[in-house]
Amino acid sequence: MANFLDRLINRQPKSAVQAKERLKFVLIHDRSEIPPGVIDLLKDEIIEVISRRIDIDPDAVRIEMSQEGRQQRLIADIPLRPVKRRKIG
Amino acid sequence: MTAKVITVTSGKGGVGKTTATANLSAAMADSGKKVVCIDADIGLRNLDVALGLENRIVYDLVDVVEGRCRIRQAMIRDKRLPELFLIPAAQTRDKSAVSPSDMIKLCDELRADFDWIFIDSPAGIERGFRNSVAPADHIIVITNPEVAAVRDADRIIGLIEAEEKGPALLIINRIKPGMVRRGEMLSVEDILELLAVELIGMVPDDETVMINTNRGIPVILDGKSKAGQAFRNVALRLSGTQVPFMELEDQRGFIGRLKRIIRN
Repeated sequence: MANFLDRLINRQPKSAVQAKERLKFVLIHDRSEIPPGVIDLLKDEIIEVISRRIDIDPDAVRIEMSQEGRQQRLIADIPLRPVKRRKIG
Repeated sequence: MTAKVITVTSGKGGVGKTTATANLSAAMADSGKKVVCIDADIGLRNLDVALGLENRIVYDLVDVVEGRCRIRQAMIRDKRLPELFLIPAAQTRDKSAVSPSDMIKLCDELRADFDWIFIDSPAGIERGFRNSVAPADHIIVITNPEVAAVRDADRIIGLIEAEEKGPALLIINRIKPGMVRRGEMLSVEDILELLAVELIGMVPDDETVMINTNRGIPVILDGKSKAGQAFRNVALRLSGTQVPFMELEDQRGFIGRLKRIIRN
């Protein structure tokens, strides 16, 4: 009965979807031999270096591993803060 | 004759390597090809029982490598499939008794007399795996639709590419079509997208595998077995024949038709 209700409300994504998402994550790190925690460290360091010269929003920075076929890629998305213009006059 | 050497491996244990090796070898032999299969899982011999040849072993792989017998003496001929031979693993030795170059030498000696040589690799990525992969012309990676098995398959595929033995050929074993349909099991498409390799077989989870293995009969000899048919298809694809992937779900009969109507 509980199972039926769960399905009725559709509480969780299907387990196959979860399995696939978890595998994607694990395989990217297995293949690159870069542990997941290293990406977080890298992110902090990148933010620090860039912030020295450019005004960025640290919370908006995204550093991700992605894959194309069996090729791994490190993707950094670093939005710049809009330049504050002074009103003339 | 110049045999092609096919190694069956998986990374994770228990996904069906030995069953696949036994049935691919048997399917090839049944189609009239001369086949020898080698159990490279030293210390954990199992290909003999999968083929029902366990009561006829005298010599083994280590005896051959260490020169205690000639290759011919270690080969057991299957009485049901006279073109099929088995070289069993040693049961009382460890993996270090055989080296990758021993395996290459052995296969080179066998090549002239056979059409196909199948090697059943042990689980893991250590010596036994390297022994099995060293002489291979093609490597079949077998996996199940579960997280740990797919992850380990990916590791193995990476190692095969690093050894320049790729591209690996993938068999997905023990698929439960009903669970896939309900979204509770990884689909063939999911796994292919994750692993990005070439598919050579998809085998349904099928009771007939257990029943035939209990009896020591390769399931390809059971004309009614879907898994048996799937393994036969893999053998045909290895031989270069184009065979469409079969429909895994049973759609015959009243229930099957009803299911199909509901789905569409």
